[in-house]
Amino acid sequence: MTSSSSSVNHTAGLSRRPAAGPLNRESREGQDQNNAMRVLVIEDDKETAQFLQKSLKENGHTADLAADGEAGLSLASDGTYDVLIVDRMLPHLDGLSVIKSLRAQGDRTPALILSALGEVDDRVKGLRAGGDDYLTKPYAYSELLARVEALGRRTAPEEQQTRYAVGDLVLDRLSHRVTRGGEHILLQPREYRLLEYLMQHAGQVVTRTMLLEHVWDYHFDPQTNVIDVHVSRLRAKIDKNFDKPLLHTVRGAGYTIRDGPA
Amino acid sequence: MTALLERVAKAASTTAFGLSAAAVAFFLFAAAIVVGFLFWQTNNLLTHQVLGVLTAEARILSSEMKVGGRAKLAETVGAMSRLQGTGLYYLADDSGAKIAGNLNRIPPELTNDPHGGVFSYQPAGDNAPHLAVAIPVNLGADVRLIVGRDIEDQRAFADSIRWAFLVGFGVLSIAGLLGGLAVSRLILNRMDAITSTSRSIMDGDLARRIPMSGRGGELDALAQNLNQMLDRIEGLMSGLREVSDNIAHDLKTPLNRLRNAAEAALRDPRGGEAYREGLERTIERADELIKTFNALLLIARLEAGPLEESIETFDLGRFVEDVAELYSPATEEAGFALSIEAEKGVFVRANRQLIGQAVANLIDNAIKYSRGGEPGSAITVRAYRDNSTPAISVGDHGPGIAPENRERALKRFVRLEASRTLPGTGLGLSLVAAVARLHHGEVRLEDNFPGLKVVVLLSPKCLVAAPGADDSDVAAGIAAQ
Repeated sequence: MTSSSSSVNHTAGLSRRPAAGPLNRESREGQDQNNAMRVLVIEDDKETAQFLQKSLKENGHTADLAADGEAGLSLASDGTYDVLIVDRMLPHLDGLSVIKSLRAQGDRTPALILSALGEVDDRVKGLRAGGDDYLTKPYAYSELLARVEALGRRTAPEEQQTRYAVGDLVLDRLSHRVTRGGEHILLQPREYRLLEYLMQHAGQVVTRTMLLEHVWDYHFDPQTNVIDVHVSRLRAKIDKNFDKPLLHTVRGAGYTIRDGPA
Repeated sequence: MTALLERVAKAASTTAFGLSAAAVAFFLFAAAIVVGFLFWQTNNLLTHQVLGVLTAEARILSSEMKVGGRAKLAETVGAMSRLQGTGLYYLADDSGAKIAGNLNRIPPELTNDPHGGVFSYQPAGDNAPHLAVAIPVNLGADVRLIVGRDIEDQRAFADSIRWAFLVGFGVLSIAGLLGGLAVSRLILNRMDAITSTSRSIMDGDLARRIPMSGRGGELDALAQNLNQMLDRIEGLMSGLREVSDNIAHDLKTPLNRLRNAAEAALRDPRGGEAYREGLERTIERADELIKTFNALLLIARLEAGPLEESIETFDLGRFVEDVAELYSPATEEAGFALSIEAEKGVFVRANRQLIGQAVANLIDNAIKYSRGGEPGSAITVRAYRDNSTPAISVGDHGPGIAPENRERALKRFVRLEASRTLPGTGLGLSLVAAVARLHHGEVRLEDNFPGLKVVVLLSPKCLVAAPGADDSDVAAGIAAQ
């Protein structure tokens, strides 16, 4: 719900503050191996589906495939999946109907919609139908993986914490204070939100597009790489005077904040 | 002669003629009912009048008979018969021999009729037989009396009325049909013009237009609308042609580069390492292609019509400032002084993401096409209200665009020669123009003395007073700032 609610917010107006994001379990460091997800890929193009299955397997997840909407709906109704990847155009039953049916049954399994239709209206329609995230084809696999993992690891909003910590870096969401090793770090509002989002997803890879969508609530192509400069300014504030860097660049994908090797 | 017949036949087969013929037929039908009813009523009235007179006369004569017997009756009948008038009498005894009266015999039409009726007889002073009405009067067994009236005048009157109506109907139908033919002929001529124009347009001559009579009216309005539609179609067609030419250039060139990179990597004797580099470059090139493609699709979508689902109400000034701030580190690194002058409280109902895309494209263009790091390298982003028009402008002090090239620069895929070597899709400014058009506004390229200032004007209709109570999300969003 988290990502969906923040995305729906942007359609309502000026609320640029993303809704409170997924929970960061502080014990996450180094847990990637034991955090395998069961993913259902509902995609009618065999080559794409098999590529996703193979790639997700390489990243330690398992993926089942369904080639049409009806098969996908009946598999998804079992409710044993962590994330659904749903193509929008499917034979028999289209992707949005699959998600609508699941939501009508009370199934809240996070769903990532894949679509060749990438316009502003299509995204809004996808999220209104109950999708949690929307990715336009063609996409970079690293982008898809980051989003699937972000969806799979989030928890219900009521479980969200008021305090995030990665190593000795602490962000207190009540007082809006950020400290590292007990030392207060002064951040601009936007830098604070950037750090908040990164820490919500500590240990996960967060792509530039995800940052643009969730921290800025922009769903358009910024043309040049504007995010990197913002991240490096944040990095200068939280990492520069400390021995151990926490904010890492993941080549070809994005960023991650974690206590440990990148 | 045959040509004329053909033309008449053609006119007669038209809708206009059919409609006027139907109108004439309907009018005649209604007139016939009215006239028929009047005729019937008049006839009834006259007949009643005659019958009344005859009954009164019969009563007088029967009282004569009672008072003076048969002789007195014969005398009275004889006297009345001699009067110059329309009265007709016949008095006979029981054997049938005539006693008095101006009729020569009992009219054969009445011999067996106890109630009387209409008959014709031959009057003395006329060659033609006259029409008359008579009733028998019952005066006992030994006398037979018939009292009648000549109704030739009424008949002649009725005849003349009938004739008048027949001639009238005839004239009416002929005039109506001729009128219908004339009207349909008139319309046909105009229609023929439209048909022949549309045929030549179908044959490929998109420049043809329907001639106008200049008199105004529905047909001219139709012709005008069709012409405007043709203008639009011609515009779209030439746009399409231009786009496909440009796609050929701007998509094929990077596709070719992509292919070249892959081939070069395959041929590279270093093997593995070269393959990796080649593949990475291939993906980069593919991403560029995707970007171009997405921009192209987005423009096409924007030109197809409004995007209703994603319209929002927001503070344009605040939003533009926000987007510009996203770019402020990037512009600073590129050596520009970025100044943002955003007038707050200009609330608009518009597509926020697309406006954001437009501002992003403009700032990106300003960074790309003007040189940073020099004295006076500055980019100015403004959001303001020009009377009731919400406006955004982005100005730089780069080389600018010569006035004669400005219109061209707004077109899809156009990259002025000076910029061909720079990265980019060439769609940035056209996308901005498409976003402005979507909001019923326009884009103006102005001189920034020196440099270029791009002004995006939204329609004044986009302007809203302030978010209403129904937009609670927006209010909450502002409160949260």
